[in-house]
Parts: sequence; structure tokens; C-alpha cells
Amino acid sequence: MTQPTPLPTQLSPTATAPTPPSDRGDRRTSLVVLSRFLRHRLAVASLIVLTLLAVCCFGASWIAPHPRNAQNLLEASQPPSAGHWLGTDALGRDYLSETLYAGQLSLAIGLGVALLATLVGTTAGAVAGYLGGWADEVIMRVADLFMIVPPIAVLAVSLQGLGPSPVTIVVVLSSLGWTLIARVVRSQVIQLRHQEFVEAARVVGARGPRILVRHLLPNLTGLIVVNVSLSVAMAIILESTISFLGYGIQPPESSWGNMLTQAAGVIGTDQSYLLYVPGMAILITVLAVNFVGDGLRDALDFQGRQ
Amino acid sequence: MTAPALTVEGLVAEYTTGRRGWGAQTLQAVSGVDLVIPQGTTLGLVGETGCGKSTLGRCLVRLIDPAEGRVKLFDTDITSARRRDLAAVRRRVQFVFQDPYASLNPKLTVHAALAEPLRIHGLHRGREGARVKELLELVGLDPRHGHRHPHQFSGGQRQRIGIARALAVEPEVLILDEPVSALDVSVQAGVINLLADLQEELRLTYLFIAHDLAVVRQISDQVAVMYLGRIVEQGPADTIFTQPRHPYTQALLSAVPVPDPRIQRARRRIVLDGDLPSPLSPPSGCRFRTRCWKAQDVCAHTAPELSEQGGSLVTACHFPAPPAQPTAQNQHKEVTAP
Amino acid sequence: MMKTVGPGPRAEETPEPLLSVRNLCVTYRTDSGSVPALDQLSFDLHAGETLSIVGESGSGKSAASLAMMGLLPPNAVVEGSVRFRGRELLDLSDKKLREVRGKRIAMVFQDALAALNPMMTVGAQLAEAVSVHDSSASRAALRERAVELLDLVGIPSPRSRSDQYPHELSGGMRQRVMIASGIANEPDILIADEPTTALDVTVQAQILDVLMRIQDRTKSAILLITHDLGVVAGLADRVLVLYCGRKMEEAPVEPLFYEPAHPYTRGLLAALPRIDRGTRRLAQIAGQPPSPGERPGGCPFQTRCPHADERCDVIPRPVRVGENHTAACVHAHEIERVTP
Repeated sequence: MTQPTPLPTQLSPTATAPTPPSDRGDRRTSLVVLSRFLRHRLAVASLIVLTLLAVCCFGASWIAPHPRNAQNLLEASQPPSAGHWLGTDALGRDYLSETLYAGQLSLAIGLGVALLATLVGTTAGAVAGYLGGWADEVIMRVADLFMIVPPIAVLAVSLQGLGPSPVTIVVVLSSLGWTLIARVVRSQVIQLRHQEFVEAARVVGARGPRILVRHLLPNLTGLIVVNVSLSVAMAIILESTISFLGYGIQPPESSWGNMLTQAAGVIGTDQSYLLYVPGMAILITVLAVNFVGDGLRDALDFQGRQ
Repeated sequence: MTAPALTVEGLVAEYTTGRRGWGAQTLQAVSGVDLVIPQGTTLGLVGETGCGKSTLGRCLVRLIDPAEGRVKLFDTDITSARRRDLAAVRRRVQFVFQDPYASLNPKLTVHAALAEPLRIHGLHRGREGARVKELLELVGLDPRHGHRHPHQFSGGQRQRIGIARALAVEPEVLILDEPVSALDVSVQAGVINLLADLQEELRLTYLFIAHDLAVVRQISDQVAVMYLGRIVEQGPADTIFTQPRHPYTQALLSAVPVPDPRIQRARRRIVLDGDLPSPLSPPSGCRFRTRCWKAQDVCAHTAPELSEQGGSLVTACHFPAPPAQPTAQNQHKEVTAP
Repeated sequence: MMKTVGPGPRAEETPEPLLSVRNLCVTYRTDSGSVPALDQLSFDLHAGETLSIVGESGSGKSAASLAMMGLLPPNAVVEGSVRFRGRELLDLSDKKLREVRGKRIAMVFQDALAALNPMMTVGAQLAEAVSVHDSSASRAALRERAVELLDLVGIPSPRSRSDQYPHELSGGMRQRVMIASGIANEPDILIADEPTTALDVTVQAQILDVLMRIQDRTKSAILLITHDLGVVAGLADRVLVLYCGRKMEEAPVEPLFYEPAHPYTRGLLAALPRIDRGTRRLAQIAGQPPSPGERPGGCPFQTRCPHADERCDVIPRPVRVGENHTAACVHAHEIERVTP
């Protein structure tokens, strides 16, 4: 190099930067994100609800008033009372405890599907968008293939074939869910790829993987977070649907979906309120997850705003 | 005579429009350009939108692979460099982008943006932090602001960050693509002065691409004027600005407003008719002939070669203005193309 | 085509200004508090003159023009007074304002592609511009008028061009169409907001010629909003210099360029690279313009001004330094005024 090193400092005294805008202060990024998230009231409330729900479900062994699957035929089909807050089902099981235990599987499946689908989808979409050419063609045609088959049919057939274990359900639901995020990530990456800051990274010598990980994906965090929350909701609903149809979680294991199936028998009786408990659990979870996603997206995307 | 830092020979750059295969059209953005930039000097490359000047600049750092021709950095041919060897090339040639808003990753702190080239090239291992501070000071920014994000800086400050990033690898040549055209006048002067100081201090060689001719005059030793992918005139800055011989250069110069009411209102301007022809189907022969008031039959048949006009000025025109006429600012007749 | 450079014309001849702006303030309300864009702007525009408002980004020059036209977004708060021929515009209902806008006051924007409807031929758009304010005209007459307008702004073969869509025209052609639609109703005032900023110099020269020719013909007053002092030097009769939402200096064009009184104007002129002389080093203005949230109290230029002292902590009143020439600087009389 013909370069003199170290470089001289301070060439032009007048050029010293004055105080730049400091209204947003010098706080660390994480603090800024946190404070922006806290401003989003609904998201904060939803996060609290979700946390409570998760603690209660996964801590059910300690929290639930009655042990799992404790049948007491003498107390079957009772209305809510001090002993059984939500009453009991036809087998005399405490409905509150059952709902909490069932939530374990529903939440785990929801989260598992969201993470797996997002991981696969983001990777596939980012690679397709960044590389372009034949890689793009192959990945997107495969995605199309997954998109055109009716999901319920795939679920029914594959769960019949593979057996309806929770792991199978997660894998099958993820294989259906990744195509959506792959498409969105791909189009965003294609847009970002031609931005000057990506060209700038190439000029200083950065290669493909580094550009993807350091420059492209961080600018997609908001999008990815929203997708995770949407996928959680979608997975919980889909799992409930297939369990309700009888292809999903099988007794004695339970999820909110198959609780609905079992409660279907009480429609028309004076115990039809049993249908609302798992239904409400699904509704509250799905709504809360969506609000948290909204809040996170707004909180994370602050640097992009001029 | 200093050694040429950058030599461009017969450079051609093409884009394919539409999808590959059926209906694809090839657009030649740069059609055979030769340039030589001696070390430590600045070549100003001027021309209007669509003339190919930005494409040419991007070819020099291999953001675009040229279709034909050679680019030599001192004695190294960078057009034949393979993907693996590109890193070595990019330690020696760097690029400063036009848009200080789009060219910085909004998610990276300034420190991360400046440390990245150091990490990639393994420079200043173990003292990256100190080096980033030096770089910030070098471009006139407060070294304590490294942890800030781009959105916390003004346009002028961001452009300084862009310059610091380019300087991080200690290059020999800087390609500056409209580096000040997005800046306000009151900060533009600071950045121009900074570039001049850096050049002197670090013996940098600049290719300064711009459409603002006043800025180009300010900073350039040599000036090349581009029109539709070709260089139509090239020479020492003072000669180009005071005695241009090519009709396009004359028209371009006369169209630049001078911030002085008496001079500006007394100037005679050459107002060109029509618009730039489509680069998809450039005119035959001389590409400027469709807007030129001097055009004759020969201009449609034969493309003029760059020829010596005296005083190291080269002009690609069949009918260059005679040398005696010092076509400064006020000697033009009001002429329009037929 | 060349304009004569007279000493600040018409200011004395017509006692009643066409447009009179007093204490115009624009503030944007955002999530993070209110952001001032324009602070106490006052000026008069007389019939037939070209007044240029010069400023950099963030100076409030666009907020000023949008406020006059009632085109600010809903989160903007406007105070002050804008009188057109004695009639207050800021109090007008939307419907009444629409009558004035387009007919008596027209506007040419920077981005012609965004301002034109992509789904309509340019002829149809021009015809519509005319018919909105003159519903009596027949279709054929409207069409003729559109062709005539295109011819007026120097578009070759206007008849066939009028059947084209905006995307079929070049940038310069589109800006001509914008101007044609601006002058369709022969307005008294044409507000041109950065009309040539997006264009190349040779095309800019064409467009500026069109503006001058149009003014010779229609005798409209032009309010030219720009950041380019070269354009100002060629076109303006009088100039207003804005910085951080405040008027720094107001003067006829020659005194402004040859005897600038405000340190900001002087700094700007000295910082300009010029095509007609190859100075080696530009005089730069120190520092960066403050962001809207943290403008200093008092004179907004004090953070960058070489003359700043404690007297600058109070907002300076305009000081008369010459005929029709004021500068908002407490030091205006002390600074030696020669061409920078």
C-alpha cells in the first residue's frame, strides 16, 4: 500500500461536527426499542395476558386445581362451582385444569410451527431473492407447489400416514406455512438488494452470506416478527381445526382443538358453555399474539423512519 | 509525469432489458470509453442523466461487469480479476455513493458500518475501535458519535460517514458518484473542501462523477464530457470550461446558470432542442447529431473519433469550433438545432 | 427573451400588492411533539413581478407555498394571514379556495410525473383544467385550447402530443405540460416550486425560457421557490432568503447578490462553486443546519455565524439596509458589504 498509516487527524478545523440531532438521545438501541414498545398499550397488555396464559398452562402441574385426567364420575357434568370453577365434563374431570393442560400442546404447536415456518421461509426467501436466477426459480416453484394443494387435505392425508404425534403436526403445518413468508421475504430482499447500502457493502468487500445476515435480514426484522405472530395464530387455529375434525391430537392427549371436539357432544344441552372455554382460550391467544406482533414491528422499525 | 493510477481502455457496458430470451433488448450504456487518470489527480466526468457516467463508475469497482474492454489499476488488470481476487481490488479502489440516505444501512451504527471493512480485510486487528475513531476524526465528525445510527445525522454528516467508510481500507483510488449533489449548498462546500484536503493528504486519485459542472470545475484537474455512452470531449479543466470545442460541451456550459444577475442575464445561451435519444437505439454516426446545429451528412455516416485539438484537448466532432474563438460565457450566438 | 435588470421594479408603482402574506406560521404536529416549519413570514407579491424564495432543505420554503395554496397535510397548523387582492385566503372554505386555486393562483410542482394523472392523455388533463373553471366551453373548444397551451410551452407537434400519456413524454416535456396546465386559466400568480430541480441543465434552460416567455405573454406574477441561486440570478426581480423557517434577507436581485447584508446570504454566495471561475477553495459555512427540533432561540443562524454574539439570543427584527432591502440581523449595519 502506498497509504501513509496512521492517518492524520483533523484536516480542516472548521469541519468539526456540531451537535447532531440529539432529541432521540444517545440511548442504546435496545432501550429505544423497549420504550417504543411500552408506548403501545394494547401490545403491552397482550404480552401480559400471553405471559400469564403461558405460565398457567406450562405450570399447570403446580397451578391447576386438580391433577390431569383425574376422573370422578360422581361429579360428572357439574356446573361451575367453588370446587370446580369451570365445572366438570362428562367424565367428571375439572374443566379448568383440563383447559390449562390442553393449552400446553396448543401453545407449543403454535410457537413451534411459527418458528420453524419462519426459519425455513425466511432462509428460502432470502436465498431466492438474493441469488436470483435458477436458485430463485427452483425455490419459488417448490413454494408454488406447496401453495396450490389444499391444506386440509394434505393435513388429513399426511397425519393419517405419519400418525398424529405433535411433532408430525408441527412439521406438516410448517411445511404448509413457510411459503407465505418466503414470498414476502423474497420480494423485500429483491427490493433491498438494489439499495445503495447493499452495493456499498459489496464494494467494501462483503460477500453473499455476510450481506444477507448483516445488511438484508436486520432490515426485515419488523416483517419477520409480524409473520411469526401471524403464523402462531394460524397454527393454533389450524391445529384446532384438524383436531376438531379428528385427525389431530388424539385422546388421552388433549389440545384446545380436541377439547372442542369433545365438547361438541354437549351442543344443545344446558352444558353448551363448555364449548366456549377452549374457544375463548384460542381467541384470546390469537388476538394477543397479533397485538404483540404489531407492537414489536412498530418498536423495531424506528431507524428506517426519516 | 506521474504514473497513471487508473487506465480504462475500450470499456463497454451493457444491460439486458426484460427477461432473458424472447424480447430481450441490449442497452449499451457505455460504448467504448478510454480514460487515463494520473495518480493524485482528479478526473471530472460530466454528462446528463442517462449518459452512462454512473455505469462507467460502477464498472471500475466491478459492481457491474463490463462487457468489453479493460480497466487497469496501476499495473493490475481488474477486469479479469476473479471473484476471489476482487477483495484485493476493492482494497485499492473504493466508491462513494450519491445518496447519503440510501447508502448507509439504517440498522447499523456508524461504528459497525466503519468497522465492517476493517474486519473483512483484516486491517488494524485488535484496534478496530481506535481506528474507527481516527476515521471519524479524519472526515470531521465527532469520534464520540460512533454508537449512533445514520438517522441521527444530517445529510452532510452522513456523506462524511460514506467517505470514511470508503477510506477505511486505505484505497488508492476513489470513485465519487455525485457525492455532493444531494447536499445543500451550505454543507456541500464543506464536503468538497474535505475531499480536496483528503486528496492532498493521502495522495488519492479521484474519478469525480457529477452533473453539476460548477462543482466539477471546482475540484477537477481533467474533465471528460460524456454523451450517450461516449466521451465527446476531454481535456484540462480550464480549457474545457473556457474554450470548449465540441458543440455539446458548449451547449452544456452555456446552460449552467451563474449565480450573478448581471453576468447571467447578459449571457447568450445555446438552447438545445429536443431530448436525449433513447440509448436502446442511438443515432448512427455521431450520437449528438440529432440535437446539433452543425450536423451535416457526414455526421450521420461516420462516428467522429477523439482527435487532438491542441493544449491536450481531445474532441470527437467533425466540425469542432475553431480554436481562436474563446467561447467563454458570453460569446455564444443564440442558436438552435434545425 | 432576456429580461432587463431593473432596480426592484413595481414595488412603488402599485400600492396594492397582489398577494400579501403577514406573519405566516406553519407548525407540523407529530407523535414526538410539534415541529415548526415556518415562523412569522411576511412579504408582498406585486402584479407581474418574479419573487424568488430561496432556501435549503428545511428552510420552510415549500411549507410557505403549500400554506398559500391550502395544500398542507391535516397535521399542519397554519397561523397568520395570506391576502389575495385583499381577500383572506386562510379563512376561505375549501370550495371557495378551490375557485381561487388553479384559476387565479396556479402551481407548478417539482415532480411532474407524480402531479400528472397517468391514466389520462395530457390533452384531456389540460382540457379538464380549463373546464373546471369554465364549464361553458364545448369539447372541441377545450381540445383546441389544450393544443394551443401545449404549443405555447414549446412542445413540438402539439396536436399529436396531446393524445399521449404522461409516461410517453420525457421529463422536460412533462414539466412543460405542468406549466401548460398551470397557465391554462391565465392565473394572476404562478407558484413554481423547484420547477427544474429534477431536470438536467440543458432541459432546465428550456423550461426557464418557457417560464420567462409565458410571463411576458400573460403578465402573471411568478413566485419561484428554489434552492438554486443561479436560477434566481437569471429570473428573479426580488429575492427572499429563508433559513430554518425564518426570513433572513429580502432584497431586489442585484443588491442581494452584490451587497448581501445577512451573514447567511453572504456565506451561501461564498460557498457556491462557480462555473465561470475556478477558485481553488470554497469558503464553507461552519457546522450543519440544526434539525427542526433543536433550533436555537433567537437568531437561528447563530450556531453557524461568524459574527454571533450574545445579542443574537433575541430574535432579530428586520433591519432596513437599503431601498426595499432588509436583513434580519442585529449586525447588519456593522458588516462590510461587498460581493463575497
